[in-house]
Amino acid sequence: MILKTTIQGFLTAVKGLLITVRHLFAARNSRESLDIRDENYFEKQHGIATVQFPKQKMPIPEVARYQLDVEIDDCIVCDLCAKACPVDCIDIISIKSPQAIGNTSDGSVKRLYPEKFDIDMAKCMYCGLCTVVCPTECITMTNKYDRSTQKLTDLIYGFSEMSDTEINQRKQEWTQFQAEKEAAKKK
Amino acid sequence: MPDLFIHIIVPIAIFLFIATFTLFAVYAERKIAGFLQDRLGPMETGKFGLIQTVADILKLLQKEFITPSAADKVLFAIAPVVIFTAVFIGYSVVPWAPDFIPANTNTGLFFLMAVVSIDAIGILMAGWGSNNKYSLLGAIRAIAQMVSYEIPVGLCLISAVMITQTLNLNDIAYLQGIDSPHPIYFFGFWDVTQIGGVFAWHIFQAPHLLIVYVIFFLATLAECNRAPFDIPEAESELIGGFHTEYGGIKFAFLFLAEYAMMFLVAILGVVIFLGAWNTPLPNIGALRLADWTTGLGWGLFWTFTKSLLIVGIQIWIRWTLPRFRADQLMTLCWKILIPVGFLCLAISGFWRIFIML
Repeated sequence: MILKTTIQGFLTAVKGLLITVRHLFAARNSRESLDIRDENYFEKQHGIATVQFPKQKMPIPEVARYQLDVEIDDCIVCDLCAKACPVDCIDIISIKSPQAIGNTSDGSVKRLYPEKFDIDMAKCMYCGLCTVVCPTECITMTNKYDRSTQKLTDLIYGFSEMSDTEINQRKQEWTQFQAEKEAAKKK
Repeated sequence: MPDLFIHIIVPIAIFLFIATFTLFAVYAERKIAGFLQDRLGPMETGKFGLIQTVADILKLLQKEFITPSAADKVLFAIAPVVIFTAVFIGYSVVPWAPDFIPANTNTGLFFLMAVVSIDAIGILMAGWGSNNKYSLLGAIRAIAQMVSYEIPVGLCLISAVMITQTLNLNDIAYLQGIDSPHPIYFFGFWDVTQIGGVFAWHIFQAPHLLIVYVIFFLATLAECNRAPFDIPEAESELIGGFHTEYGGIKFAFLFLAEYAMMFLVAILGVVIFLGAWNTPLPNIGALRLADWTTGLGWGLFWTFTKSLLIVGIQIWIRWTLPRFRADQLMTLCWKILIPVGFLCLAISGFWRIFIML
């Protein structure tokens, strides 16, 4: 019994050693293709798989799902993406508008101004749930993934294009509209 | 006066060798580990990461001395010294080339085994002195392992010494080549005293010594606390084992001792079983390959080549095999290596009495 186990242990150890030494000699070459879109990507298993990252990059598809991007002109500020986000990395503040602002490229009517549309890329876990719920498909995932920064706050991306004066003006318009409505009610 | 000078220069030379060896062995280890796992290993510091380990040691030397407040300060401070000295003294009796040996003593092998065993005490001091549960657990495991594995190592050495009839490592080395004072028989029947080469090595003088060498290799691997026998340092369970609390130059010394031990057991195995400085090339008729490749320079070359090859195998094994469980470790030692060791010991006795005489 113990003899059998010993011999088997010894043989399997030798087998393992032979496998690793084959990899040692295969390490003279790097993997020929690192592009996942290749037909025979999974057949090329030999050679070094490491990529010397900043100098050398793996090719990725254009439809890759990495960092989020927002086409703010198409956004109706519905806040669905912020609600769907499991890690709460999207922060939206909206300002109501007295009348329709305009249409998005797919014809939806915009009634809210985005005062703030921040995505904290440090928190984002790339699940893509926000892109699924977006009614106008303005929030999308891009093929950008390497945006290292020195400060953590640089990873909070602001997508709102409104200036402070514009924000104040829109807020004023809405309060004025509210006040007019109140006044009309009282009469 | 010149004698005194030699007494000073030899330890310094050995220390420098150990330090250089450690630097390059760590680099080689990381590179080989990378290649075995389809990675590149260190690449950024210097060309192909060549000065990575130099940068590492510079970092270690600059570090602050930190002693945990609950630690036993004396034990904590002297443990690295004890561990390193134990291994360092072991080098004093190891021959590098014909008659090129720091101390040519008749009890060399015995002395070496006795001194290297002190290593275990140093590890216990480090583990106990740190006053940390992981350190203590690591130290206890290390002691259990090292004391157990001392037995198969001892049995292997006795098996070999029965054949050589001497404890002097220099004489043991002489018995495996063309300069042997006694006739050498390949597997006990073919006189190879004049042929030399690989046939005259101890592992081929008596066939069972091949098995003895395998046991010796495994047991000394466990003595060095290296994977797959690294349960004292098991990173995934014990953080760093007995050296968890160490940092800076103290850690550097523990690290140095580990690699020095690797090379020491490699060169010991080479001296006793694999022909020491003797060339692997035999004399073939008029082609006196063995005669041509014997001498001081060649001796150093063969010793280094063989030892580094064994160190390479140790590294290769480390990055292939997973760690043993504590009970499997003991089973391997007490139920397999020791009985086989005793069997080889008996065969050695009979071989000496009935075949070599």
